[in-house]
Amino acid sequence: MAEARVLITHDVGLHARPSVKLTKLAKGFGARIDLALTEAGPWVDAKSIVKVMATKAPKGATLFLRAEGDDAVDAIAAIVGLIERDFDEGGSHAHP
Amino acid sequence: MPTLRGSGTVASIGYASGPLFRLDQDELGYQSSGEPATEAARLRDAIAAAASAVLVLIEEADEDSAAILEFQVAMFEDDALAEPAFDAIEDGVDAATAWTAALDEQIAGYDVADDAYFRARSADLADIRDRVLRGLSGLADARAPDGAVLFARELTPTQFLTVDWGQGGGIVLTEGSAASHVAMLARARGVPMLIGVRGLAQADDDFVLLDAEHGEVIVQPDPEARRDFLKASTLHNQLVELARSRMGEKAVTRNGQPIDVLVNIAQPAEVETLDIAHCDGVGLMRTEFLFGDGLPDEETQYRAYRRVLEWATDKPVTIRTVDAGGDKPVPGFTVEEGNPFLGLRGLRLSLTRPDVFRMQIRALLRAAPKGALKVMFPMVSIIGEYHAAVALFAEQAAALSAAGIAHAMPPLGIMVEVPAVAIHPQTFADVAFFSIGSNDLTQYVMAAGRDNGAVAALNDTRNPAVLSLIRNVVTFADENAIPISLCGDAGSDPAIIPALLRAGLRSLSVAPAQLPLAKAAISQASTSDGADGQD
Repeated sequence: MAEARVLITHDVGLHARPSVKLTKLAKGFGARIDLALTEAGPWVDAKSIVKVMATKAPKGATLFLRAEGDDAVDAIAAIVGLIERDFDEGGSHAHP
Repeated sequence: MPTLRGSGTVASIGYASGPLFRLDQDELGYQSSGEPATEAARLRDAIAAAASAVLVLIEEADEDSAAILEFQVAMFEDDALAEPAFDAIEDGVDAATAWTAALDEQIAGYDVADDAYFRARSADLADIRDRVLRGLSGLADARAPDGAVLFARELTPTQFLTVDWGQGGGIVLTEGSAASHVAMLARARGVPMLIGVRGLAQADDDFVLLDAEHGEVIVQPDPEARRDFLKASTLHNQLVELARSRMGEKAVTRNGQPIDVLVNIAQPAEVETLDIAHCDGVGLMRTEFLFGDGLPDEETQYRAYRRVLEWATDKPVTIRTVDAGGDKPVPGFTVEEGNPFLGLRGLRLSLTRPDVFRMQIRALLRAAPKGALKVMFPMVSIIGEYHAAVALFAEQAAALSAAGIAHAMPPLGIMVEVPAVAIHPQTFADVAFFSIGSNDLTQYVMAAGRDNGAVAALNDTRNPAVLSLIRNVVTFADENAIPISLCGDAGSDPAIIPALLRAGLRSLSVAPAQLPLAKAAISQASTSDGADGQD
């Protein structure tokens, strides 16, 4: 089991485009991956866009991640990396 | 039918003319098979068909649109989306009812989100819901003629993307949100769009002029309205080209004078879609929104102010104390009056309700250390009102100090909107800054309400009487080193900006949607009186 917590710094939080990226990345791993807004949960499947969006994680929220399975450590590292890189949208991300 | 005018809020600036096309929801007549297995199969097919239809749209979409559609595809591909519907079908519910209930539950979840961005996602879910429902009922997507002005309660992103906007056209919604995906798409594509439109109930498939700069729809326009429209839209189109590339640049006039361009905001959420680098700060943050559901507590106010101050980093944010009354009644706060625009409104009202005012003052004082806060009072007529407000600020600052609560005293200024102030600003030499409220100043000087179409032509900021008062205040402010700005619709009107600059103003505050055009209009104007702009 691997765990991590990471601060969301993306402009508007975990919105549509970042959520799509996060769930796509999560689906690439065999491990079961869950995320939550508090340590106490509720925990949701990080591979489900429906459930990830429904957490409505705003900018400045801390995301709790946990994974179970053979590649759990790699999965957590990859997702934390994606969030820390602002979902690879960087400074170019600005809504018109 | 005589010319009919509707008005609404600009969600995407621009002009369009064409036939009005009503996009009302079709009646969905779904016939259940009565067999759970058949219902489940139908739903599965309808979802798959909807997903592939969206994939086809992605092929033709630009980058921004594709990102929004990819979100929908990802939703379609997620089994969790339809899981509750399939469960209900197993319990004997038909496919259309089960699917609607499952999606409506999710939509309700987004509708109550604190964050405007997530609230606006309910429109995407509604789009997903309706696309599948149309598939289940065997209905084709309604297709608007090219160049039409779409008229609906709400518009979905896929409805937007099935239209060929290269042929012109626009969007008029009776509901809608400026934070919706459709509004973002409309702004990105330059498709004019109004939301919250009133006054078009009787309009049919008529020819309309859509002025999404001033927020108007004119049905069956007369020749005069057509001429005005052509003039305004031509000017606008010339400016748009210029505006697009220059959002991040400081506004500078043709003769090299830099001009501060700030934004007016009515809701803290508006800053989420705005880049602070594109403006010089917030020239007017209204606080009436806080009073929408009765009187707000101190903490709610503090959080709202802090949010905008933190967004603005070190750029100034001018917050106006509550300007209730007039055309903005607040239950439990404002009073019923025969002539509300000349009655107990703005600071006059706040001073009669020190309990309410003190709470706002404390929230402002506590928020002040979070950024470059300035506070201004609306509807000041005499200096005594300003002094009374300043005394309340001093009293509350002392109370916060005594309680050991962090706070700071912001510069305290006034709105210049009552003619008495504009005629004799000398009385107000003590204030920290002036902000000209051109909407109210114009209506009071011209004695013509701006919400009354019958006298709309009289309500003109370019009238020499209004401009000379503006010049009078600016001259006094400059001589006494008092900062002065203008917030009001005139500040973002390309037709009025040159006159305001010639009157001496060097700082304008405009609605966020008007920011690029206001900057472009400034770049084409000159601060000198000479026609050629050479000083």
